[in-house]
Amino acid sequence: MERHYMDSKIKGVSTGTTILAVTFNGGVIIGSDSRASMGGNYVCSKTINKLIQVHDRIFCCIAGSLADAQAVTKTAKFQISLHSIQMESPPLVKAAASVMKELCYNNKEELQAGFITAGWDKKKGPQVYTVALGGMLLSLPFTIGGSGSTYIYGYTDAKYKPDMSREECLQFATNALALAMGRDNVSGGVAHLVVITEGGVEHVVIPGDKLPKFHDE
Amino acid sequence: MAACMSANRSENAFSANDLVPEWAQEEVSTGTTIMAVEFDGGVVIGADSRTTTGAYIANRVTDKLTPIHDHIFCCRSGSAADTQAVADAVTYQLGFHSIELDEPPLVQTAANLFKQMCYRYREELMAGIIVAGWDKRKGGQVYTVPMGGMIVRQPVSVGGSGSSYIYGFMDSNYKPGMTKEECLHFCTQALTLAMERDGSSGGVARLAAITEDGVERRVVLGNQLPKFSNV
Repeated sequence: MERHYMDSKIKGVSTGTTILAVTFNGGVIIGSDSRASMGGNYVCSKTINKLIQVHDRIFCCIAGSLADAQAVTKTAKFQISLHSIQMESPPLVKAAASVMKELCYNNKEELQAGFITAGWDKKKGPQVYTVALGGMLLSLPFTIGGSGSTYIYGYTDAKYKPDMSREECLQFATNALALAMGRDNVSGGVAHLVVITEGGVEHVVIPGDKLPKFHDE
Repeated sequence: MAACMSANRSENAFSANDLVPEWAQEEVSTGTTIMAVEFDGGVVIGADSRTTTGAYIANRVTDKLTPIHDHIFCCRSGSAADTQAVADAVTYQLGFHSIELDEPPLVQTAANLFKQMCYRYREELMAGIIVAGWDKRKGGQVYTVPMGGMIVRQPVSVGGSGSSYIYGFMDSNYKPGMTKEECLHFCTQALTLAMERDGSSGGVARLAAITEDGVERRVVLGNQLPKFSNV
């Protein structure tokens, strides 16, 4: 039987974390916890923001080594801006995800970070892409990631419905984050959620004590 | 998509014994999903039915719900050999104790017998066990004895490799005060979700409801498991 804990082979600060992105009718919600830990024993930051805006309607969330993630997202942000200027139009979410993928795949030996890219563009509307550790790129209606995601696979499989409303989706994402933060010791703090639609971007922060409570709390 | 979890396997081009296939050299493990829920009047226990030796499924219809006494069962996860041996030993000890007492044994007694053995031999054993049953003193009870040998009573408990994936589902869907049918439904759903995600869990879902009146066993076949609208 496998051990339940994950050996963190990440040296330094890691975002042992829970991240997710879910499409709904008209937009996408991307969310994460806010804890940065070192070695599973020390919380370096209780309020780190893991949702990075790489363009007007495109966000990324990061899992893994914080240093690697910051380096990659900074490079990606630059490349996506340049691309957008050259094309004279807002970038496609797929383009942003591809940029992340190229960086992860070409540097797969050195990097230890996984990403979820989510956003809205005029061509395909709301989209979610996941870039895994080795550089695989997948498009999905919703996805979860980070160490805390293991505990909510069952919940998200059971509760996700396509074409939810904004409120339903917000509730789904909040519940999923709260459940994961309740079980994973390297996820915690506040829940950061960003709602991205054609009309704009809205940042929702739910402090720890306002998160939904479950039967044993 | 998934968290970084890498099993470091040294890929040997030539294994030590070429006469025996690689999967037969691996230890038999019940990489598994097991769970138990208390309700007013008894307990419901459940497990998947897959036993693996490495990548080969040695038994796809395993029964991991082992009777220890008339109204006490245990759910086994970990090494199949270790858990069978411990369960056999505890069955003997409990049977003997019950005869001496001239009374049906308590679930807490059975659980503590498991704990004593799992704790004493903690370095040698790889066994995660959930003990559940009904007795006259405290009704339905679930005790979990994970690897290492601790014991704790919980209203609902999950175990095995597949359990990681259903903690969120369990936390959000369990409500105190469920009926027996609700508990069975809850267990079926949870086992299905775990079997979908965990490579070491699968097959059929075996369930049992233990009450004062006895044990009622059920099997939910693969094609009868609930379907979740999904990616």
